[in-house]
Amino acid sequence: MTLFGMKIPMMASLLFWALLWEIVGRLDMIFLIPPMSSIITTGFDLVATNSWQAASMVTLRSFVLGMALAIGIGVPLGIAMGRFRIVDNIFGLWVNMFVSAPLSALVPVLMILFGLGETTVFVTVFLFAVWIIVLDARAGVMQVPVSLIEMGRSYGASRLAIFTKIILLSALPEILAGIRIGLIRGVKGVVIGQILVSIIGYGELFELYSRSFDMERFWALTIILFAAAMLLSAGVELFEKRIEYYAGAR
Amino acid sequence: MHMTASPHKVSAAGGAGSGSSSLVDTLIEFAGRRKGFWVFVSLATLFTAWEIAGRVPISFAFPTFLETVSALVEMALDGTLLPAYLITFQPLVIGVAVSAVLGIALGIVMGLSDKAEWLLAPVFIVLQAAPMAALVPLVTFVYGIGLVAKTLAVIMLALPVIVLNSYKAVRHVNPSLVDMCRSFQGNRFQQIFKIIIPDATPVLFAGLRLGIAAGFIGVMLAELLITPTGIGDLITYHRSIANYAHMYAAVASIIAVSTLTLAALQYVELRFLRPEKRRK
Amino acid sequence: MASPMTARVAETTSKPDAIVEVRDICKRYGDLEALRNINLEFERGKLTTLLGPSGCGKTTLLKIIAGLVPSTSGEIRINGKVVTGPGPERAFVFQDFALMPWATVLRNVAFGLELKGVSQAERHRVAKHYIGEVGLNGFEEKYPHELSGGMRQRVGIARAFSVNADVLLLDEPFSAVDEQNRRKFQEDLLQLVEKERKTFLFVTHSIEEAVYVSDRIVLLSPRPGRVSQIIEPNIDRSAAPDVIRRDKGYLDVVEEIWQGLRQYAE
Repeated sequence: MTLFGMKIPMMASLLFWALLWEIVGRLDMIFLIPPMSSIITTGFDLVATNSWQAASMVTLRSFVLGMALAIGIGVPLGIAMGRFRIVDNIFGLWVNMFVSAPLSALVPVLMILFGLGETTVFVTVFLFAVWIIVLDARAGVMQVPVSLIEMGRSYGASRLAIFTKIILLSALPEILAGIRIGLIRGVKGVVIGQILVSIIGYGELFELYSRSFDMERFWALTIILFAAAMLLSAGVELFEKRIEYYAGAR
Repeated sequence: MHMTASPHKVSAAGGAGSGSSSLVDTLIEFAGRRKGFWVFVSLATLFTAWEIAGRVPISFAFPTFLETVSALVEMALDGTLLPAYLITFQPLVIGVAVSAVLGIALGIVMGLSDKAEWLLAPVFIVLQAAPMAALVPLVTFVYGIGLVAKTLAVIMLALPVIVLNSYKAVRHVNPSLVDMCRSFQGNRFQQIFKIIIPDATPVLFAGLRLGIAAGFIGVMLAELLITPTGIGDLITYHRSIANYAHMYAAVASIIAVSTLTLAALQYVELRFLRPEKRRK
Repeated sequence: MASPMTARVAETTSKPDAIVEVRDICKRYGDLEALRNINLEFERGKLTTLLGPSGCGKTTLLKIIAGLVPSTSGEIRINGKVVTGPGPERAFVFQDFALMPWATVLRNVAFGLELKGVSQAERHRVAKHYIGEVGLNGFEEKYPHELSGGMRQRVGIARAFSVNADVLLLDEPFSAVDEQNRRKFQEDLLQLVEKERKTFLFVTHSIEEAVYVSDRIVLLSPRPGRVSQIIEPNIDRSAAPDVIRRDKGYLDVVEEIWQGLRQYAE
C-alpha cells in the first residue's frame, strides 16, 4: 500500500495491530489482553528462566527428531511413488487421506502406545509433517519434463545418472516446498502434541500459565512460538529462492 | 463465409471403437475397474498389516483390525456412535459455516482492495503459519466449556486458511478475462460477480476443503482438551476403561468421516460448478 | 517500384474520414518509455495493421486505443470525441481468447450483450447469428475446453461482432493458432472485412500476415515505440489467395518491410 506517495511494506501493518493491542491493553478492558509492552518485557524475563529453557530444549528435541524422521521417510516414499506405479497405487490413497485427516484425534492413541512423554510428541510431529512431504516429493518427480529424461538417454546416461542428475535435481524445488509446509505443520504438531499430553515442554507451561491466569507469560510464550514458526518458514523460503533460478527456467 | 468446422470432428472422438471386439472390451472394462481394484488392494494392504501387528501384538494397547471393526459395529448398533457425531458436528458445522462466510468475504475484500490487503493479509499469514492450537486453552477461559468455546476453536483453525486462499484466488484471477469484461464496459459490480468470483471458484473451494480439514482438527482438539463430548468423549471414555478396540474404532471413524466429507465436497464442486472439468 | 501493386509510403496528412485518431500518445512504465509521441489516424472501413518487432509497444498502443490501458499523455478520439475508457464503439479480440471456461460458447458470445442488460432471448438470437457467421453452428452448448485453439478464437471474434461495434481491435488474434488454420483465418478475416463494413485495427508480428490482410501497415520501431513508416500495400484483393501469395507486388512489400525490420532482429 502507498500512503502520501510512500510505499509502506505490508508487514508494517503488524506494528499497527501491535499498537492497537497496546491501547486496548492500557485501557484495561479485558484482563485477557495485557498491554503489548508488558508482554514483551515479560518475554525477555521469560527467556532467562530455567523452566523456559528446559521446555524449549524438550520441544526442540521432539521437533527436530520428528522432522528428521518425516523427511527421511517422506522424501524417499514420495520419490518411489512418483517413479513406481505400484507403490503409488498402494500408498496414494492413504497419503491423500492422512494429509487432511484430523490427526489431533490420533494423539490419544499415541499416548497409550508411547506413554505421556516426548516419544508421543515426536511421533505427533512426524505424523503432522510427513504426508505433505510425500505428496510434494511425488509431484516433483512426476512433473520432471519427459524431454529432459529423453535428453539424458540420448546422450547415453545410465539409469542411475538419470535418476541422480536429472530426476532428483529437477524435483528439488517441489521437495523443498513440501519440506517447508511440513515444517509449519510440524510446529503445529509439536504444540498440539504437547498441549494434549500437557505435562511436558511448552504444553506444561501453557497449562501452568493459563491455570494461574498469568496472561503476560501466556502471550509472551505464544508470541515466541508464533515468531519461531514464521522465522522457520521464512528461512526455508529463502533457501527455496536460491534454487528457484532453475525452477523458473523450467 | 467459409468458416466451417464440423461438430462431428469433435464429438466423434468419444465414440471410438464402435466396432466392438471382445478383447478391446475386456481391456476397457479392466481399465475402468482398475481404480476400484487398486483402492481394494490399498485398503487390504494396510488392514492386513494392522491385523498382523495386533495379533503379534506390538503393544497391549493395540487391538487387531477385526476387533476394532467389531467394536465399531457394536457402537453403531447400540446407538452410541450417532448421537456422539451429532454432538461433534454442532461446533464443527457452525464453526466451518462461520469461517466459510466470513473467510471468503474477507479474502475477496483483501483481494480487491490494496488497503484491506495491507491491513489484514499479514495478520492472516501469521495466523495460518502459527500453531493456533496454543490459544485453545485461552478460549476455555473466556467462554467456558460449552458450545461457544468449541465453535471458536474450530473457527480459529479454519478461518485463516480460508481467508488466505480466497485472497490468493482473487489475486490470481486471469487478468485477460477482467480486461475482456472491461472492454465490453462491464461495471465493477459485473466484473466482481460475473468474472472474478467465478474464475476464483476453484481456489475458493480448495481453501474451503483445507478449512474443513482444519476444522476437524480443531473440533477434535476442543473435544479432547476443553471437555470430553461427542467423539472426543468416546475416545476419552474408552481409553479410561482400557477398552482399546472401541477407542481405536472411534478414532478411525472420525478420520474416515473427515475424508468422506472432503471427498463429497470435491464431488459437488466438480459436478455442479466446474463444467470445464466435467467428463462426458 | 513502378508496378501499381507495389507499396507507396503514405503521407501522414489527416485523412478525410478518420474514425480513430491517436494524438501525441506517450506511455511510460516507470523508467521505461514504451511509446513516444504516436500520431495516427485510422480510416473508416479499412483494415490497418500495427506491425513491429517485440517490444515496440504495438499491443500497448492497441490497448490504449481500447481504453484498457491508460496513456501517460496524449489523447484518443473516436468519431471525433475524446475517450478515456472502453466504449461501445470498440470491441476487442484477445490474443489468449479470454473465454470464460465456465460458460458455454453461446454464453461467451452473448457476454458483451449480457453485460449491457440485453434480454436473454434477444442476446441469444444475436449470438447464434454470429456463431453461424464464424462457422461454429452446432457448437453453441460446448465449453471452450472442448474446442481447438482456432475454434476458440472464432468464439472470440463472434463475441466482438455481437456487440455491433464500429471498430474491431484484434490483438495478435491468430498467434495461438497453427499455421494452416492461420492462413484460413486470414482469408476468412478478409471476407469479414468485406461483409461487415467495419474498421479493423490489427496487431501482428508476422510480416506476411500484415501484408496479406492490410489496407495499410503502420510499422513501429522499438525502445521507445515510435511510428517508423506507414506502408499501403495496394494489393488487388479480388484475386484468389494463392495468386496473391505468389504475386510479385505482395512479395516485394514483404521484402521491403523485412529490410526495414531486420536491424531489430537479434
